[in-house]
Amino acid sequence: MTILIDLGQTPLPDPSGVDEDRPRAIDPALPRVDRIFYAGARAVGVLVLLIMGAIGVFLGVQSIPTFKRYGLSFFTQNQWLPERDILGISAVLLGTFTVAVVALAIAFPLALSVALYISEYAVPRIKGLLVSMIDLMAAIPSIVWGLWGFFLLQPRAINLAHWLNVNLGFLPFFHVDTDPNAPVWAQSRYAASAFIAGIAVSMMVLPMAAAVMRQVFSQAPLGEREAALALGSTKWGMIRTVVLPFGRGGIIGGTMLSMGRALGETIAVVLIISPSFDIKFRPLEVGTSTVSALIAGRFGEATSAQLSALLTAGFVLFIITLIVNTLAATIVSRSRSGAVTD
Amino acid sequence: MSVLLSPATGRVTDFSGGVLSAQGVSAWFGSNKVLERVSLDMPAKTVTALIGPSGCGKSTFLRVLNRMHELVPSARLNGEVLLDGEDIYATGHRITATRKRIGMVFQKPNPFPAMSIADNVVSGLKLAGVKNWRSDRDWIIETSLTRAGLWKEVKDRLKEPGSALSGGQQQRLCIARSLAVEPEVLLMDEPCSALDPTSTRRVEETISEIREQVTVVIVTHNMQQAARVSQQCAFFLAEQGTPGGIVEVGDTEQIFQSPVDQRTADYVNGRFG
Repeated sequence: MTILIDLGQTPLPDPSGVDEDRPRAIDPALPRVDRIFYAGARAVGVLVLLIMGAIGVFLGVQSIPTFKRYGLSFFTQNQWLPERDILGISAVLLGTFTVAVVALAIAFPLALSVALYISEYAVPRIKGLLVSMIDLMAAIPSIVWGLWGFFLLQPRAINLAHWLNVNLGFLPFFHVDTDPNAPVWAQSRYAASAFIAGIAVSMMVLPMAAAVMRQVFSQAPLGEREAALALGSTKWGMIRTVVLPFGRGGIIGGTMLSMGRALGETIAVVLIISPSFDIKFRPLEVGTSTVSALIAGRFGEATSAQLSALLTAGFVLFIITLIVNTLAATIVSRSRSGAVTD
Repeated sequence: MSVLLSPATGRVTDFSGGVLSAQGVSAWFGSNKVLERVSLDMPAKTVTALIGPSGCGKSTFLRVLNRMHELVPSARLNGEVLLDGEDIYATGHRITATRKRIGMVFQKPNPFPAMSIADNVVSGLKLAGVKNWRSDRDWIIETSLTRAGLWKEVKDRLKEPGSALSGGQQQRLCIARSLAVEPEVLLMDEPCSALDPTSTRRVEETISEIREQVTVVIVTHNMQQAARVSQQCAFFLAEQGTPGGIVEVGDTEQIFQSPVDQRTADYVNGRFG
């Protein structure tokens, strides 16, 4: 049966007295409590959008003087020398991506394995423990990760970085500009690098990626899982045939959400890296800079023109993160995850 | 005995269903006992129907028969299930090998939605690690779909996703998928409960056709269906607070026309359940 609702008008009684077959009016009014809740919920939803939009507009307006003054060279210049009126974000953008890429290269396989283990292999008791440990990991303040990276990780990671350079240095992204085989190798050339910052950031984004992946994996339909097992599949075969294809959207989306977070991570990066504005993609080598580290480092001493430039850099980062996160959300929601299989 | 011969490679497939026998099977979920000492012989070339009211343990019994029962974390069992005389629960018996020999069709059609119809049919061969089937791929797809009574309807759309089919076609696709790995026994857990009468009839025809090649055990709530497709019938019952068990087992005709036990008579005549 179909009920047509015409909110516009009430059908007039047929003057001839014969009932005409027309859509009748139905009272659309919601009960008062529903109306109040509806209005409240909508107001909060709109508020979130407004805040988000206001941040974007504020950053955009603040950026106008910088864009006017430096034009496109703001994107191509790599040095940040406000005292000589030379400003640009090409190096910091590259550094931002370098740190994010290192973080994802480490976090992605870890998060995938952790999520698979929790959703598919762990016995219930361990599963509960691991889930809360991962949640706890997400709650560790980033300054703590920064200190961990600086004091605990760095002295050890430089050995790995050195080993990578010695053995795989022929690959451009494992190369470090120093003599790897010097009798006393230059430890400082391997310290304070994008690699070490990336490891610290990877620990921060891991919980989010793992949580998203675990959630979609656990939604893989029982019917399909049992179908695979009943055909004589091993557990791993079942995971490859059912769980991973079903969770593909969550894998990609979770990774991109982590990317959004990794791009903006500030304080841990500031603690670890030593600022450098060279255009290079040598993550193992000392020195790099990211947009957020640049802002954090220069904000205190900035004049108003420099402040505008810093806010412009923030604006660019804001737009990039917005795009990455929107893409991620679209991929997650368009994947089969959560949809009923019939 | 029925034999199929692949024209491409001369590969011979010999279908002569396995003899399945449950000996004193008891099953628990946690501390809740749901089956008590059930013994049942399921001979080859026979469709055995398991009937009984809901909650009497017949689906659990079916899942014990190909070791799907133990997928539930708290599930335990006792007794033996013999396939051609060998206990499938014996130590050293590989669970994947057992499940390959004893296929299963579920209540709700569950084709792999991301795969094409053709890939669905051969998915079991990949999953079960069958060797050297690729050169026979087209032949396996055609034979399996023909045996499941679906070939004519899908032969021109083998590349479409399995989820594009109707419910009844999906269920027959699942049957074809099970048949492709050449099981000796096929377990069916209310395979028609989600289907309309026309699709149900097609699946029943399929069951009648494959019985020459595969031993079939089917759980059904539909008395007419049990009467139509099965040769042997086992009536399960779980009386108030006790685990389920078999009340009566015999030729389908006898169970429906002259049951020995009064409770069987009441059930098959629709007086309860």
